Amino acid sequence: MDLSKFFKNALLVMLACLVLSACATKKVQNQMQGDVYTGTDTVEYLASGVPDRVFFATNESVLTTASRDTLRKQAEWLRKNSKINVVLEGHADERGTREYNLALGERRANAAKDYLMTYGISGNRISVISYGKERPVDSGSNPLAWSKNRRSVTVKAN
Amino acid sequence: MIKKIKLSIILLILATVHSKALIEVDITRGNLDPLPVAVSPLSMDKNTNENLSKELKIDNVGHKISEVVENNLKNSGLFNPLNKDAFLQKPDIAHLKPRFEDWSLIKAQALITGKVTFRDEKLRVEFRLWDVLAGKEMMALAFTTVPSNWRRVGHIITDKVYERLTGEKGYFDTRIIYVAEEGPKTKRIKKLAIMDQDGSNTKYLTLGNELVLTPRFNPANQMVTYLSYFRNLPRVYLLDIETGIQDVVGDFPGMTFAPRFSPDGKKIIMSFAMDGNSDIYTMDLENRIVDRITNHPSIDTSPSYSPDGKFICFNSDRSGYQQIYVMRRDGTNVKRISFGKGLYGTPVWSPRGDLIAFTKLHKGKFYIGVMRTDGTGERLLTENFYQEAPSWSPNGRVLIFYRETKTDSDGKGFSAKLWSIDLTGYNERMVKTESDASDPSWSSLLSN
Repeated sequence: MDLSKFFKNALLVMLACLVLSACATKKVQNQMQGDVYTGTDTVEYLASGVPDRVFFATNESVLTTASRDTLRKQAEWLRKNSKINVVLEGHADERGTREYNLALGERRANAAKDYLMTYGISGNRISVISYGKERPVDSGSNPLAWSKNRRSVTVKAN
Repeated sequence: MIKKIKLSIILLILATVHSKALIEVDITRGNLDPLPVAVSPLSMDKNTNENLSKELKIDNVGHKISEVVENNLKNSGLFNPLNKDAFLQKPDIAHLKPRFEDWSLIKAQALITGKVTFRDEKLRVEFRLWDVLAGKEMMALAFTTVPSNWRRVGHIITDKVYERLTGEKGYFDTRIIYVAEEGPKTKRIKKLAIMDQDGSNTKYLTLGNELVLTPRFNPANQMVTYLSYFRNLPRVYLLDIETGIQDVVGDFPGMTFAPRFSPDGKKIIMSFAMDGNSDIYTMDLENRIVDRITNHPSIDTSPSYSPDGKFICFNSDRSGYQQIYVMRRDGTNVKRISFGKGLYGTPVWSPRGDLIAFTKLHKGKFYIGVMRTDGTGERLLTENFYQEAPSWSPNGRVLIFYRETKTDSDGKGFSAKLWSIDLTGYNERMVKTESDASDPSWSSLLSN
């Protein structure tokens, strides 16, 4: 009885360890899907539950499901706070030529702008600026850092 | 704001010797056997040295000028300046009549001698180029200028020697405009900077209060166009580096970027981004008329004119990825010319007209390369972790570009530096700058 209880506890501890370690590895993997950043390390919040940024795949400006979800939250927040205007700052990673990256950052910020507009936010409230590869949030030269830098960030303008 | 660098260099041809040159330097192939050349210190009498030392606060300018020449010749990769310690003949005597046996003994094939005088506040420099093996004078010239121009005299001498020995114009009396960088990668401070081609005389043209990118020289004068984030509105600007006056180019309701001058210097060609789409526009600097050159839902950027002004090469992702295209100056007849594996960007037309230099990204590596204007004959000159944005020397023989190093996960180890490489793929070297640097642009020859 005692012995079986001991084994049972040991088993539980082992299981717990397995689950924890699985969680640990899962967390690292879960920061990227394909090469799109899905973590929250760099994310700030415009309001509770309203993330300020969306992430993109290399050379892409297509909004992912998660990005659209974030932007719908931003649209809802903007509807509630109708006096707030925003600037969408588009960025690229360092693995491209400077001039193309400026255009790419502009395209990314506009993809976010278009989505906010389809959710009823007036284009007059949104301005756009591209920083290309000039303002990385993570200065590392590795795929995870680059994924954090391929972003469009919504910033309060007033 | 910016010191006037205007100069009056009076060029006197002392004697033109049209004897067939025996020494010739072939610059069309990689030169693994640079020509041994002796650059004798330019001779000065005691009085001249005293007066010039007082004027310039530099001792023995004649020696210093010869060092400028030596350094230029060495950096070209085509010449091997010999150690002055081995010189047997005194500078003043060598300049009058070299004892060729002495110079051939130390294996010099060419000899440069000269003489400096100082009269009526003017610096007068004469120099001679000698063919040591033939025992003949190849060239003799004299310049008169203000003493503060003494380094330029060294550059002009190098241009003359280079031209005489290679048959092509030099690129030494030129300047480089670039972006000086400092601070952490996430908050980089950038300033426009200008320096002589050899890295001397660095001057900063902006203070670093706003982000500045991609300065480019006007091939016809000392104007510069660049991108500034002044008041958080990224726009193309024009800067007169003699007066310091800055001007926004055109009145666009969005970002303008990737500017370059037309070969005659009268137009600026650039990208204008609107609603997420970038197209190519030109603006005439005299009448301010704006023309739209491309109209395509893809990104069109990095335009560069052919030297005759009839064609434009540019970067577009209309095929799905970044590639290089060529079109007529009115935007018609667009043809893709890059078909190799990988992405292609930053096409720049050679001043000679026959080649387009570019940046290529393939399998995580960046290359600087050249191809013919129809896209054939692609040749990659250098491979690295990150490098881009080549700019041609005015004679089309050398490319300058910038290179960034890999950063570790803590953000350490980052640097940005200027590098140059010969069109042959040889003579790759770092161009020294006071700080980190990027986006170099090479000026035309300032004189001659």
